[in-house]
Amino acid sequence: MSTVPSPAPNSSPTPALGWTPPPRPTGAAAPAIPAPPAVDTLTVTVNGRPVTVPRLTPDWQGKPAPTTMLQACAAAGVSVPHYCYHHRLPVAGNCRMCLVEYGTPALGPDRQPLKNPDGSLVIQKSPRPAIACATPVTPGMAIDTDTPGVRAMREGVLEFLLINHPLDCPICDQAGECKLQEYSVEYGRAASRFVETKVHKPKQVDLGPRIMLDDERCILCTRCIRFTRDLVGDDALGIVHRGSYSTLAAYPGRAFDNNYTLNTVDLCPVGALTSKDFRFRMRVWFLKETKSLCTSCGTGCNVLIGSRENVLYRYTPRENDAVNRSWLCDFGRLNYKWIGRADRLRQVRVRGEPATWTRALAELAERLRAIPAGHAAILASARLANEELFLLRKLAQHLGAETDIVPRHGEGDRFLVHPDKNPNTTGARVLGLAAAPPGANLPRFAERLRAGQLTALLVFGEDPLKHGFDPETLQRAELLVVSDLLPNGAAELAHFVLPGCAHAEKRGTFTNAHGRVQRFFKALEPPGDARPETEWLGELWERLTGERASTSPERLFRQLAEEVPAFRGLTWAALGDTGQDLPDGPPPPER
Amino acid sequence: MPQEHRLILRYVDTPGYTPDLECYLRHGGYAVLRRALALRPVTQPDGKTLSPQEQLRQEVMVSGLRGRGGAGFSTGLKWSLVDRKSGKPIYLICNADESEPGTFKDKQILYKDPHQLLEGMILACFANDVHLAFIYIRGEFVEGARLLNRALAEARAAGFLGRNILGSGYDLEIHVHRGAGAYICGEETGLIESLEGKRPYPRIKPPYYPAVLGLYQCPTIVNNVETLCAVKHVIAMGGAAYAKLGTPNNTGTRIVCLSGRVRRPGYYEIEVGKVTLRELIFDPAFGGGLPEGRQLKAVIPGGVSAKVFRAGEKVRLKTRGPDGREVEQEKDVLDLPYDFTTLVTAGSMSGSGAIIVLDDATDLVEALANISEFFAHESCGQCTPCREGSLWMAKALHRLCRGGGRPEDADYLLHIANNIPGGRTICAFGDACAWPVQSFVEKFRDEFVARGRQGRSPASGEPPPAGARPAGAASPVTHP
Ligand SMILES: Cc1cc2nc3c(=O)[nH]c(=O)nc-3n(C[C@H](O)[C@H](O)[C@H](O)COP(=O)(O)O)c2cc1C
Ligand code: SF4
Ligand code: SF4
Ligand code: SF4
Ligand code: FES
Repeated sequence: MSTVPSPAPNSSPTPALGWTPPPRPTGAAAPAIPAPPAVDTLTVTVNGRPVTVPRLTPDWQGKPAPTTMLQACAAAGVSVPHYCYHHRLPVAGNCRMCLVEYGTPALGPDRQPLKNPDGSLVIQKSPRPAIACATPVTPGMAIDTDTPGVRAMREGVLEFLLINHPLDCPICDQAGECKLQEYSVEYGRAASRFVETKVHKPKQVDLGPRIMLDDERCILCTRCIRFTRDLVGDDALGIVHRGSYSTLAAYPGRAFDNNYTLNTVDLCPVGALTSKDFRFRMRVWFLKETKSLCTSCGTGCNVLIGSRENVLYRYTPRENDAVNRSWLCDFGRLNYKWIGRADRLRQVRVRGEPATWTRALAELAERLRAIPAGHAAILASARLANEELFLLRKLAQHLGAETDIVPRHGEGDRFLVHPDKNPNTTGARVLGLAAAPPGANLPRFAERLRAGQLTALLVFGEDPLKHGFDPETLQRAELLVVSDLLPNGAAELAHFVLPGCAHAEKRGTFTNAHGRVQRFFKALEPPGDARPETEWLGELWERLTGERASTSPERLFRQLAEEVPAFRGLTWAALGDTGQDLPDGPPPPER
Repeated sequence: MPQEHRLILRYVDTPGYTPDLECYLRHGGYAVLRRALALRPVTQPDGKTLSPQEQLRQEVMVSGLRGRGGAGFSTGLKWSLVDRKSGKPIYLICNADESEPGTFKDKQILYKDPHQLLEGMILACFANDVHLAFIYIRGEFVEGARLLNRALAEARAAGFLGRNILGSGYDLEIHVHRGAGAYICGEETGLIESLEGKRPYPRIKPPYYPAVLGLYQCPTIVNNVETLCAVKHVIAMGGAAYAKLGTPNNTGTRIVCLSGRVRRPGYYEIEVGKVTLRELIFDPAFGGGLPEGRQLKAVIPGGVSAKVFRAGEKVRLKTRGPDGREVEQEKDVLDLPYDFTTLVTAGSMSGSGAIIVLDDATDLVEALANISEFFAHESCGQCTPCREGSLWMAKALHRLCRGGGRPEDADYLLHIANNIPGGRTICAFGDACAWPVQSFVEKFRDEFVARGRQGRSPASGEPPPAGARPAGAASPVTHP
């Protein structure tokens, strides 16, 4: 397996102020929604078809800027090929792939637009093409993206891009998601006329701890440079030499090692920048993609899990304007390996002996029924999903048990990383499972265990031994239940060990630190006996109370939204791919 | 008899004329500035009041002065496009990067008469409410930068620069910035990036028009050294009087740099459009003809970026006869007046004013290889067509020169060159590197085809080097 070092979870450069997060809903009273201002629009034609677009469109920083030809074409359903343009980066205009032809209304001597007999505008064609990515549209402009001239320009640019390119797609890791390949097929010419020697540039450049660079594949679009400089605020990358010898490089003597480097791999349209973690491990077209979330901090970045045959190969960012836009931090992106660890808990155990779920749950229900009210405590985890926490809340109410979670704090930054290192602290708080402040109950649980006042401790996804409990204290419990994913000290002492699922192995929702409820889906089968917590918690509930409980996250979410006021009005379906905010926002911080 | 008309170079090269302030003052220096700073607002017949600055800008507009840096853009119009409402400071930059091969006119001013440039600059700055200006000088002009700094110190000490200039209340500071040796730093937006401390990657326009979003995203005027000197003369004589020099739409004087196969290479200041190319090359007052026994083969009329003219080439021109009617005339290129408009109509340009004369002993394939190598080396590498095309053309031409040619190479070169210019690139360098190749190959096609066939230089007569480089052999084009 890979030996790529992960960055320290909290290492991150001082982020730039390139982007201001959208305002979050605050306070209880939903503000009256003002009538949307009338949008100032203008009409242009794209390949002869009129399309009306707003005069202003948010730019990469979200600020209103004149709508560009490329945006107008997109509105008309016409895609314009591009390399250097990226909607979240400042425009560079260097690749010239997006060149289009255009014209503007011809004016008569009275400076009024001239009209054809049929009433249409007389168009005066511009003698020069324009780059669609940077040229603002003006009223009446006629944009042409499919003329012989435009096709010739695209062919020309592609030919230029390919003359010094290695052209060894079969051994390139980008194959399958390479824009150079794709556009060459779509817009290029079959053969190059180039008969000179190619320019040779450095290969296998160790750009930083997580990034490999092949300068010969680089098309110098500067996306990686702009992202790193203008969004992360790290001036680590640049171009050295000039002309055709231009070479992407990290600042001399300086590693490219900020906490956001892997986004450049996603941005790179070709196979120049590759992730040391992922490169050459799997052809991308074999990967199954599953919508999921990063669980490494309270931001809850949206990810796509790339997996094949039950092996998780990578996380890539999934766009969400309200959360992570198009990015992930390196730490979160690489923090997936534990899911596939060989020592995952895979066996249901009762007092150290393997058992079936049926037996274990029957026996556990039996034992729980014998615990007097107020003598049980539930140590839940803010890494559990809302639906799981909802079942635990019911269980706690039934048992008269106190609850809490283990808080995790670290450093945040101004780009993505949140200081809360749990993915669902907000969920645990609004569902009433967290003490105020979270973790405040833990010393008391230990105290009460030692004093013999607590006889049952149910632990989910946490190792109490790492959070202020010593083995003797835990052993005072007559009933110690541990459900977890990875082996831990408490599991060794537990009467019941119930293996759970990683988020990648189940469906559910998390509520991020800003109060956004987001769904994640199942990419992998869990190992061994492990089952989604909702399934067996539902079963346990049924055995304990005789009442049927839902085990599907969809149904549980509906109940939760009905019963828990913080979630009112939300539905599983309406959460969609990018989630929804809690109607009242996140609860105010305590501490 | 065509003659030089020395306005800017009036004193330069006269015996005893030195670049110090004392000498400049003895020759009437800074009198124009003194007059300009003393201007009062005037009320026009229509009741509108013109500030002194507006009066100066109007003179420049009336003068018809066109930029001497290469593009020949109207200076008055350039100044009128400056965003004066942004609330941001307005900057002025003197482009002293003079790097176009064949051009050595700004150097004469910088080295021999720096105070004339300063006076022109201070006038231009005053006229445009500029309080901070820069002179971006090419790195190779080490001595020029030293002289400029000395001149600035002298001007400051004498009260022509700094706070409250000549008691007028007007403040201006000028700084000299030395380039580090890159042609592209002469392109105005590349220059601005370089001045900001970055790689000189020319900016995309829109949105980065210097007049609106220039240096530090503030409105900025970039003018050539010679243009700024001309401003001084426009103010001195009045715009209308200046416009009487030269020809309509091509007013004033400009300095022409003559090089190549002429007997008297050098710089000559002429009235624009009053002298023909033939006179510039052959007249004893100018080039004095080619060396004994040599025939004219080609002329590059405006620096190596300009399209070449073939000797004997005819162009059809539309001109207005004395009765005002348009007549079409066929003219030998040599009989074209040396100005901005006509040369553009004839398919080339007067560019930086550098005329390069090529004779029948010149191997045009090698000459073009040389030019293309320059462009391959100087392309900033930012945009695809120029970055890749400039080196590709240079490699192909070197291959041709070294005996690895193919009959199809003429078309091959045109194919490459045709994919670069005409707005396909960020800056005009793309045109500059493609135009020589397009024009040489189109106008001397036979030579390129012949070279492709025989794989050796007909002019030098040298056999191809042993084991002539096959297509694809290592290129001689230097790697950084
Ligand atoms: C590749 C390139 C190189 C240039 N080099 C110079 C130069 O060395 N000096 C100069 O004055 N203008 C140069 N120019 C022109 C400038 O961009 C600009 O037009 C000029 O400085 C404006 O001054 P003017 O209006 O006074 O002519 C260059 C333009 C290009 C495209
Ligand atoms: S490495 Fe990739 S993203 Fe960076 S400049 Fe090169 S092609 Fe563009
Ligand atoms: S910032 Fe995003 S990717 Fe990084 S740990 Fe947090 S949720 Fe995961
Ligand atoms: S045309 Fe050439 S010099 Fe100009 S920006 Fe593009 S690559 Fe640079
Ligand atoms: S997308 Fe690269 S120039 Fe427009």
